[in-house]
Amino acid sequence: MSTLNPSAGPLGARPTGGTGPLLGGDTLTSGRLPKATTWVALVASAIVGFAISVLATGAANAGLTVLFGYVLFLLIMEVASRVVEGPRQASDRRAGNLIIGAFLLALLPLGSVTWEAVSNGMARFDPSFFTNSMRNVVGVGGGGVHAIYGTLYVTGMASLISVPIGLLTAIYLAEYGAGNRLAKLITFFVDVMTGVPSIVAGLFAYSLMALLVGPGAVFGFSGSVALSVLMIPVVVRSCEELLRLVPNELREAAYALGVPKWVTIVRIVIPTAISGLVSGVILAIARVIGETAPLMIAAGFTASLNNNLFANPMMTLPVFVYDAYAHPGVEPAPYLERAWTGALTLILIVMLLNLIGRLIAARFAPKTGR
Amino acid sequence: MSKRIEVTDLNVYYGSFRAVEDVTMTIEPRTVTAFIGPSGCGKSTFLRTLNRMHEVIPGARVEGEVLLDGENLYGTGVDPVRVRRQVGMVFQRPNPFPTMSIRENVLAGIRLNFAKMPKAAQDELVERSLRNANLWEEVKNRLDLPGSGLSGGQQQRLCIARAIAMAPEVLLMDEPCSALDPISTLAIEDLISELKEKYTIVIVTHNMQQAARVSDVTAFFNIAGTGSPGRLIESGPTDKIFSAPDIAATEDYISGRFG
Repeated sequence: MSTLNPSAGPLGARPTGGTGPLLGGDTLTSGRLPKATTWVALVASAIVGFAISVLATGAANAGLTVLFGYVLFLLIMEVASRVVEGPRQASDRRAGNLIIGAFLLALLPLGSVTWEAVSNGMARFDPSFFTNSMRNVVGVGGGGVHAIYGTLYVTGMASLISVPIGLLTAIYLAEYGAGNRLAKLITFFVDVMTGVPSIVAGLFAYSLMALLVGPGAVFGFSGSVALSVLMIPVVVRSCEELLRLVPNELREAAYALGVPKWVTIVRIVIPTAISGLVSGVILAIARVIGETAPLMIAAGFTASLNNNLFANPMMTLPVFVYDAYAHPGVEPAPYLERAWTGALTLILIVMLLNLIGRLIAARFAPKTGR
Repeated sequence: MSKRIEVTDLNVYYGSFRAVEDVTMTIEPRTVTAFIGPSGCGKSTFLRTLNRMHEVIPGARVEGEVLLDGENLYGTGVDPVRVRRQVGMVFQRPNPFPTMSIRENVLAGIRLNFAKMPKAAQDELVERSLRNANLWEEVKNRLDLPGSGLSGGQQQRLCIARAIAMAPEVLLMDEPCSALDPISTLAIEDLISELKEKYTIVIVTHNMQQAARVSDVTAFFNIAGTGSPGRLIESGPTDKIFSAPDIAATEDYISGRFG
C-alpha cells in the first residue's frame, strides 16, 4: 500500500513538484458575466447590424440585419466571456448561442409555412369548402370535401395494410430474428424500400392493378397500395427500434414466470413500448398523407365525391391542391384560394393525428409515480 | 412444494465458448444453497441452467443432466415453459412490469398464463404472497398503484412475491440484494430464512457474510483465468466451507486473499 499524498491533485503525483491542484488554480470561484450582458449584447449587435446593412446596401434589409447582428453578437459574447469567465465558459456560451441560432433557423420555414397556409387558406376556410365537392363547379364556389374524404379513405386503407405488416415484421426482427440470415435480408430490403422514390411506388401500384384488374385501372385502393409501399419500411424501422428499447429484464422476468414467448411479446413487450409504437405509426401516416405523385398516378383525379375505394378515380387533398394550383380556370383566384385551404386542411389533419397519437400514447404509457 | 435438484456433468456454452465445466452437485429440498466465487466464474450462468433461462440467450446451450426429483430438465420433450413454472427466479435488478399495478404484478404469472381464478382467490393470493414477501403492510393501501413507484428494496420484494405467487418448487435468486441497501438486504435475508420452510432456494451472492448468514450449503466456483471455463471447486455445509474447507483456493477466497 502506498501512502496517499494529500497535496496530489486529481491527476496524481505531479512531475514537477509543488502543491495545489494541477488545473484551475486554487480558488473555486471564477468571474461571471452579469445576466443582462446577453440582452445588452443582443440589442447592441442588432442596432449595429442594422447600421451595417443600411451602409452596405443603402436601404433597410431584415435578412442582412439579422445575419450581421448574429455574427456580431457571437463575437461580442465570445470576447466578453473569454475575458471575464475564461475559455471553458466561453466555449459553453459559443456552443449554446450557435445551437439557439440553428434552432431559430430551423423554425423559420415552419413558421413561414404555417403563416402562409393560414393567411391564404382562411379565405375559403368556410362551411361550403367542407360540404361541397368540385362537381359541376367552374370558377367560384365548390370545395374539397371529395378530396378530404379521399385522403382519409386512401390513407386509412394504407394504414390498415401497413401497420399490421410493419408491426409484425418489426416483431419478427426484434424478437425472433436475432441476427439470423433471414432477418438480415429483411432489414436490407426494408432499407432499400425506404429509399424508393414515391413516384416509383405509384407506378408499381398502377402496374400491379393493371395486371390484376386490367389496363388503365385507377382507383382509391391502388393509391392505398402505393402509399403502403412507402409506409411499411417507416413503420418497420421505427417499431423495431422501439421494441429493442424494451429492457430484456422484462422479457426474462416473464419467461421466469413460465410465460410463453408470444404471450410475453403481446402482454409485456408491446404494452411497454405502446406509446412509442403509436407515435411511430402516426409519424409514418404523416409521412405518406402528403404524398402527391403516387396518388396522381394510382388514384387519379376527379371532381366528384367517391365513397368506393375499389372503383373509379378518387381525389385526395395533395392532388386537389396540385390540380387547383396547376390547372386553374380562366379566373384563377378561386382555384388558388381553394388550393391554400386544401393545404391548410391537410396540415390540420396531420396535427389532429398527432394530437390523437399523443393522447393514445399518454393513455397507454407505462405508469410511473408513487 | 420443494424438490431435489441433482446436476450431473453439466457443461454450459455460449456458442463455442465453454463458460462452465463439469459441474456435479446435489441441492437438497428445503435448504438454502449459496453459490459464491469471483466475478465471471459462471455462478449466474450455472444458476440460469436450473430453470432453462440460459437458452434464451442466442447461441447458448447446455450439455449434461439436471434432474428435478429425478426428471431431467434437458430430456427430450421437456417444455422449458413448464420447467419455469416449477422453478421460479428472482433477478439481480428488480424488474417489476412497468405497465402493471402492484396487484397485477403479483398476479402476473397467473394472468399471463391465462389461468382462471375467481376474484376472491386472487385477492387471497395477492395478500398471501405479499405477506410472505414481507411487503404487505407497506403496500396494502396502494395495491392499484404502479409497481415501479416503489423503492428498490420494495420492488425486489415485489418481484419475490411475484415469483412465489406461482408456488414454484424451487426458487432461484441471482444476487437478489446486490442493488439494495443493508436494511432492505436484511429484510430479504429474513425472508429467505422463512421461505426455506417451503421452497428449495438457490442463491448467487458476492457477499460472503450473506452466504454465511442465510445458507445451509455453500458452493464455491472459480476460474483458472480469463477465457477458461468456470468450475465448481468445492461444495459442502456452509459451516464447514467457512471454517475448514478442503481446498486451499476456497480458503484463500473466503479469507480475502484473492477475489
